[in-house]
Amino acid sequence: MSFIPGQPVTAVVQRIEIRKLQHGEHLILGFSIGGGIDQDPGQNPFSEDKSDKGIYVTRVTPGGPAEVAGLMMGDKVMQVNGWDMTMVTHDQARKRLTKKDEDIVRLLVTRKSLEQAVRHSMM
Amino acid sequence: MDTESTYSGYSYYSGRSRGSHRHGERSRDHHKSRSKDGSRSEKSVTINAPPAEPLLGDSSVLGEEVQDDNWGETTTAVTGTSEHSLSQEDIVRITKDLEDSVGLDCRRYFTLTLAVVLGLLVFLTPLAFLALPHLLWPDKLLVCGTACEGLFISVAFKLLILLLAMWALFFRAPRAGLPRVFVFRVLLAVLVLLFVVSYWLFYGVRILDSQDENYQGIVQYAVSLVDALLFIHYLAIVLLELRQLQPAFSVCVTRSTDGETRHYNLGQLSIQRAALAIIENYYRDFSVHNPALLTASKSRAAKHLAGLKVYNVDGEFPASPATGPENNAATGLAHSQSRAMIAAAARRRDTSHNELYYEEVEHERRVRKRKARLVVAVEEAFTHIKRMQEEEQKKAPGDVMDPREAAQAIFPSMARSLQKYLRTTRQQHCHSMESIQQHLAFCITNNMTPKAFLESYLTPGPTLQYGRERWLARQWTLVSEASVTSGLKEGAIFLLKCIDFSLVVTAKRIPYIQLSEEFIDPKSHKFVLRLQSETSV
Repeated sequence: MSFIPGQPVTAVVQRIEIRKLQHGEHLILGFSIGGGIDQDPGQNPFSEDKSDKGIYVTRVTPGGPAEVAGLMMGDKVMQVNGWDMTMVTHDQARKRLTKKDEDIVRLLVTRKSLEQAVRHSMM
Repeated sequence: MDTESTYSGYSYYSGRSRGSHRHGERSRDHHKSRSKDGSRSEKSVTINAPPAEPLLGDSSVLGEEVQDDNWGETTTAVTGTSEHSLSQEDIVRITKDLEDSVGLDCRRYFTLTLAVVLGLLVFLTPLAFLALPHLLWPDKLLVCGTACEGLFISVAFKLLILLLAMWALFFRAPRAGLPRVFVFRVLLAVLVLLFVVSYWLFYGVRILDSQDENYQGIVQYAVSLVDALLFIHYLAIVLLELRQLQPAFSVCVTRSTDGETRHYNLGQLSIQRAALAIIENYYRDFSVHNPALLTASKSRAAKHLAGLKVYNVDGEFPASPATGPENNAATGLAHSQSRAMIAAAARRRDTSHNELYYEEVEHERRVRKRKARLVVAVEEAFTHIKRMQEEEQKKAPGDVMDPREAAQAIFPSMARSLQKYLRTTRQQHCHSMESIQQHLAFCITNNMTPKAFLESYLTPGPTLQYGRERWLARQWTLVSEASVTSGLKEGAIFLLKCIDFSLVVTAKRIPYIQLSEEFIDPKSHKFVLRLQSETSV
């Protein structure tokens, strides 16, 4: 999932639709994110390329809406509701995901196993 | 029978002559008397070697006496002194006298007289140059003008400086006697001699013969001589003193008996001068050589050899070629004997390492216990003494003692534990009771704590700390394959032998160091904060 500067990023993605859950007075999605262009990419345990500053899913609460929708730990979030997530700061990513007037978020996530599955099916 | 008869000196051999018997002037009787090696056990067929040979007496030296089983009854063992033998005290006294006498060292006096003669020649030559025209043709000389008289002052002061410089550099007490001449000094002396002789020649031919009237020219000639002599003195300083200051070699000095190693940096010296520098450093840095500490490993080695005995049962080994002459069979015998011993030693289950380990642990424990007792005893002894102040001294002149008496007063309470400790660490022969009391008085005078007093007994110090008889300063021998006046080279190895041990010296050149520079702008020190935060959404 490394990128070449100047070239468009290509990846095999899965579309995941998560419906937010009302928890007290907040709407929660049930997972945690890490990463961002203002963070230290070397400490990311899920990325293959340690200079990848994308947003990764670091934790999925069991039984939460994200797990129900099929999100897995270690996924890299490429888009949220059409907004790009590959070159955002950590705070921008958090804001895109926690908009109060949105009930449902549509994510495009990628993971290694997706690419392998596509490659196997093509062979 | 396991009788142990100690015989001193050469009394046993006084009536016989043995070709292989070596008379060593520096006898080591004190080592011989403790030879308890295994070959003296029951039914021993080896007779102990004479004193100058190593402790494990090799029976091959005294071949014809070996098979004498009745040696216990037939020999007379004499202890103490007999008509022919020298006891140990005599030998120690004689060597001490030799060391203390200001020797008839012909070479030293010869060198000294040569140096004095050369110095006088050098010093008096300019004065002679100036005085001779006045003595030989005073009426023909031109009057000495102002400039000429100014030159007189210059000559006088330069001669004074030269005199002081020569005294400072050359007329110092010699600190060592080296085996060969000091090459640089000889070269310089020859140079000075040639120089002065050539000046005299010129003077004799051009000035004395022709009776030159130009006195100013003569004075200038004398001044030029003194200037040149000062420059030669400068050359002498550079060659003799300055050249070897810059370190060029790193020498590794190892003592052969216990492996204590030190490293020194030396400049470009000849081997004998390097040896002198190393010996002077040895007296400062190495702990004193204590032969009593080496007996443990020797007894272990003796046990290894004594455990097995090879007996010649058949009289002839079929393995050796039967057709060869006797020496072939003898070497075949020796070879198969040693092979048999090595094979048997390899097969035998060797537990000596176990013994060594437990022995060392036990020894360590014993030393610690004795040390604890000693420390307590000394501290208690020191509390009995109190320094009297000035006012008290006038008031109570009753039981006042000077340091020596105070030391003698408190010494008995700590003597026993100190003696036991020294015995356990095998240092008891390094310290006499007199020296201990002296040291105690010294510590009391200088207000030292008990710990400071004990420090010189707990750790072995450098050789100079002990009595003069341990110094052995006149017994050093330089053993070298290269000529001792040649310079140190990379990989040079030489030995400095003293009586009981030797120092193995290896020289290595200090590497050429290439240092490069990197400039750091002080404004270039910048930092960023790198976080990895996790937010739950």
